[in-house]
Amino acid sequence: MSVETEKKVIPIPQIGGKREPESNRRRLSPLWASLRRSPVGMIGLGIVCLLLFLAVFGSLIVPHDPVDGNLRARFMPPGFTSEAGVNLLGTDQLGRDIFSRIIVGSTVSVMVGVVSVLIAGSIGVLLGLLAGFFGGWVDNVVMRIADGLLSIPFIILVVAVSGILSAGLGTLILILGLTGWVTYARVIRGEVLKVREMEYVIAAYAIGQSRVRVMLNHILPNVISTAIILAASQVGVTILAESSLSFLGLGVKSPTVTWGLMLADGRQYINSAWWMTTFPGIAITITVLGVAFLGDWLRDVLDPNMRGRG
Amino acid sequence: MYGLFVNRMIQMVITLFIVSMIVFFMVRLKGDPISVMAPPTFNTEQIARLREAWGFDKPLLEQYTIFITKAITGDFGQSIQARRPAMELVMERLGNTYLLASCAALLGLVLALPLGVMSAVRRNSLIDVVSSAFAALGNAMPNFWLGLMLIIVFSVNLRILPAFGALEPAAFIMPSITLAVGTAARLSRVTRSAMLEVMNQDYIRTAYSKGLSNRFVLIKHALRNALIPIVTVFGLQLGWLLGGSVVVESVFSWPGLGRLMIESINVRDITVVQAGLFWFALSFILINFIVDALYVYLDPRIHYR
Repeated sequence: MSVETEKKVIPIPQIGGKREPESNRRRLSPLWASLRRSPVGMIGLGIVCLLLFLAVFGSLIVPHDPVDGNLRARFMPPGFTSEAGVNLLGTDQLGRDIFSRIIVGSTVSVMVGVVSVLIAGSIGVLLGLLAGFFGGWVDNVVMRIADGLLSIPFIILVVAVSGILSAGLGTLILILGLTGWVTYARVIRGEVLKVREMEYVIAAYAIGQSRVRVMLNHILPNVISTAIILAASQVGVTILAESSLSFLGLGVKSPTVTWGLMLADGRQYINSAWWMTTFPGIAITITVLGVAFLGDWLRDVLDPNMRGRG
Repeated sequence: MYGLFVNRMIQMVITLFIVSMIVFFMVRLKGDPISVMAPPTFNTEQIARLREAWGFDKPLLEQYTIFITKAITGDFGQSIQARRPAMELVMERLGNTYLLASCAALLGLVLALPLGVMSAVRRNSLIDVVSSAFAALGNAMPNFWLGLMLIIVFSVNLRILPAFGALEPAAFIMPSITLAVGTAARLSRVTRSAMLEVMNQDYIRTAYSKGLSNRFVLIKHALRNALIPIVTVFGLQLGWLLGGSVVVESVFSWPGLGRLMIESINVRDITVVQAGLFWFALSFILINFIVDALYVYLDPRIHYR
């Protein structure tokens, strides 16, 4: 994913014109240099890369079977050692290794974070673009629906929808995507309203370009960096929403391993097995923190005006 | 002021109308709400009878007209589970949620304002670093997990606080902290950046050069002018607090609207879900209205026409 974002980033900064493909390394170097100057961005990138690696290859490298437990080793505290090896972070009520489950659980978080945000972002950017560009009734309809959706707190909205649809992982991703577009639509609309009045847009009209061309070639590229910044911050929000839903029993169902479900299990045994609740929560926190760090760096690079704010 | 009032009222009504459509169609996402409501043991004839009793066999437009005319009077139908008006159930729980959210909001404000002001005044100092670490963590932590951690420390190990809600004063402490941390994190950041912006203004330098005390300048001149972004975010956070109550109330078994929603969703009690969603939306819209009215008070230059 990181490679893809970097590719998207390239056309926006300074140098225009066409470049040969062999200059790939040189094109990446300003990004790399700015990343090296930002320790927080580096940490974020490290966490995100680790997460992506675990999400893809995690099931191959886990020390224990994350789904089939050893019933003779239930509720073992962190560091428990048996003939099967060490349970670094302890075991749960079915004797399953917490450490292995956390590794495998990263898959759901990454899928939810990436796919839902892509869905929400695409819908939101499209609607925001149309609303801002065409104004009039398009703008009115889109923005009034957005107002309505925004006035129901996000988490309550997804709780209600996923409860009614009794969601699995796929449905859940879809729900988070289809309800999350509102933020993008609002922000992008605002940006489009600003960009629409710029001189280069008027100039594009003056040389006889069609409205659709102006919208796609001159306005969209100038608001897309805002969308990327927003998307980076929404990944964390979405991952948190998924874990809340799974924790409440309204999201992903067992035997799929997710951090939210692990926390729901841990809550049952909170009096005796603190490790069951502690470690999955730390995993979520580190993940969201990493994404946020990377997002902050991305914002600094893409939008110099925002630097140091917020 | 009068114009603003009328204008915003019209907008509120439109938004509520949209919300009513969202709430109406939400329970029909699977096509027929009966498929959500009916227990799996029901046979076709029983389902057909249930459908007729609830009026789901009528045309969609007619169903919506009936729904909205009743909803305006606060009638969302009977709760299937409790066999009482859904609105009555919502009203019973509403107070507890508002109480918890207000405690959390107050706590968040009390934490965030000094933290934000201090880190703006002493930029890059230890307190600035600590407060930005707190903000980053507070944003990244799932709030229900923080609640569980508090339970482990204060209820399971130290045994000094109750783990679930009996509505006594001590039972407020952990749920309020759990809800407040996220709010405090975001609010302290906004306070910091708003203060940084104001502190560079000429009138602050003037105030200092007049020989006013540091505290007087900070509170009367700087904070007063930094309040608008703070109030904006605080208003949004209030909505977020109402939303957060769904999860936090479940963790602490708090008898509020959020928990009622989860209970109702689990037993497919759709009338209560609809009434609850409507109240959440109405509360949020009202909060935004108050925030907008506050702008005029905070910044006399803002006029609405």
